[in-house]
Amino acid sequence: MERIIQDNVEKSEFLVNRRVFSDKEILARERAEIFNKCWLFIGHETEIPEPGDYKRKKVGGRNLLFVHSHDGEIRALFNTCPHRGALVCREDSGNSRVFRCFYHAWSFKNDGELVGMPGKDGFPEGFNDEGTKNMKAVNRLENYRGFMFVNFDENAVSLEEYLGNAKEYIDLVVDQSEYGMEALGGVQQYSVRANWKLLAENSVDLYHGMPTHKTYFDIKQAQDPNLKRVKLEGKGINLGNGHSVIEYVAPWGRPVAQWTPIWDEEFKNDMEKMKERLAERFGEERANRIANYNRNIVIFPNLVINDIMAVTARTFYPSSPGYMEVQGYSLAPKGESDKHRLARNNNFLEFLGPGGFATPDDNEALELCQEAYTNNTEVQWNDISKGMVRGEGNALATDELQMRSFWRHYNSIIQASLDKEVAHQ
Amino acid sequence: MTVKTLERQDIVDFLYTEAKILDEWRLLDWAALFTDDGTYVVPPIGEPEAIPTKSLYYIHDNRSRLQERAERLLKKEAHVEYPHSTTTRNYHNILVSDIESDVITVECNFTTHRTKREVVDTFIGKIKYEIVRENDRLAIQRKKVVLNLDSLRPHGKISLIL
Ligand code: FES
Ligand SMILES: [Fe+2]
Repeated sequence: MERIIQDNVEKSEFLVNRRVFSDKEILARERAEIFNKCWLFIGHETEIPEPGDYKRKKVGGRNLLFVHSHDGEIRALFNTCPHRGALVCREDSGNSRVFRCFYHAWSFKNDGELVGMPGKDGFPEGFNDEGTKNMKAVNRLENYRGFMFVNFDENAVSLEEYLGNAKEYIDLVVDQSEYGMEALGGVQQYSVRANWKLLAENSVDLYHGMPTHKTYFDIKQAQDPNLKRVKLEGKGINLGNGHSVIEYVAPWGRPVAQWTPIWDEEFKNDMEKMKERLAERFGEERANRIANYNRNIVIFPNLVINDIMAVTARTFYPSSPGYMEVQGYSLAPKGESDKHRLARNNNFLEFLGPGGFATPDDNEALELCQEAYTNNTEVQWNDISKGMVRGEGNALATDELQMRSFWRHYNSIIQASLDKEVAHQ
Repeated sequence: MTVKTLERQDIVDFLYTEAKILDEWRLLDWAALFTDDGTYVVPPIGEPEAIPTKSLYYIHDNRSRLQERAERLLKKEAHVEYPHSTTTRNYHNILVSDIESDVITVECNFTTHRTKREVVDTFIGKIKYEIVRENDRLAIQRKKVVLNLDSLRPHGKISLIL
């Protein structure tokens, strides 16, 4: 069987076998080796701030209940009844001390403990002494600066170790707020008729920026007569473990804190003050990096945090090789004034999300790739070579090092899994 | 100048005309239906009354943004709608309130089918209009589209104007 990547440094050529986008067997391996073993984003801690708050979440193909239990702990419960399996909680979100399965009316505290069942005389005393009749929780749930992740592999390394060099970039996102970030309501639930890895690639791909999003940049140029030329310039960085980032300058405004002419003059002063405050907290250099540089971060395998014209986090999961479900979050500093918040949201919506002026075109690009992978038998390889010729330490943000970093890590998992099988045959 | 009394039918015709304009991709004409302070919004699914500072809308256009939206979609580089999708908009259950007042409130159900590359997506929900009389014509001051869906799956996007 053909290798899944060809990484030829001498020739400065990097190829990915297109079957990884369309093959069901590959998807089964991804589920077993990636989604069952890597840290997966479940949500932001501010989505369930009060005891009793809960939200249903689909993570790694599971139905979970992300809940702030009354003992103060945040848990991810498997939303399935220990009795005969029914989905216990049917509301998408809310606040409750107990969850009751409607089928035979077993009820559970919001930490999962079984507290009631009709017809108790039919069960022995101490029936639940081992806790096997409680709603089961995901054993590994860890938090990095408000971003919460689960791991279905009990032996996984810690989240901090897993994030590794990516922490520095998450810090740059979170540090823009003195009081932490919060997730807004209205998490965008959408889909793309394309393979999930195409979205991981697309989210750190600045090469496509101009051709795919020309209409957006036309609008930016019309809004700002001083914008002579759209500059998208910066670095591409491999963060290890399959994570990567691009850090770059761009012509759009950043709510913290780069003013743009679509905002009124008053904002300009506010933003200068914000930036001064950042400089007090972190020094000029870091303040400048936080305020004026954009970051698109991919946390392997399926979390993207983009700190661009607004801050968005998106996570995605394949229900089949050619279809993914996406959740899109908006994150903003706690305590932001209403006026700023509105300006931020309008900046978000101009580019991002299913109704934005850019995201739907990304969606279309991915779907056209997927549609044309019907030709995979004859036309086999994707080219991801851009910038290799410069040497991987010198990659530009508009190069493809970020995707190569993803693929090299992906390959180390999936090719190994394929090879193991062959060795056993 | 004599001002004709407005009938419910005038409002219904106005809505049907809007739908026809959109189906015919006359998007600049669509934008021109709005007043100078007109807005077009799509709240998050399940939160029709969401506060825009607390929850993210799908679309929250002021007059200039909706103009940009219309102009963008007509460009060849609005890739998602090039070549243009084919759409069929149906408005039903139209309820007109306050026909005498300055701002006429209209509610209707809608079904919008979009087909492209042999995939049909159907958007359903409710539209609330605030319509005013302006220089002998009717104009939209506010159009709010509430999606009665569980999510944007499998649609994936709201690339067309709802
Ligand atoms: S399946 Fe839940 S109580 Fe029986
Ligand atoms: Fe894009």
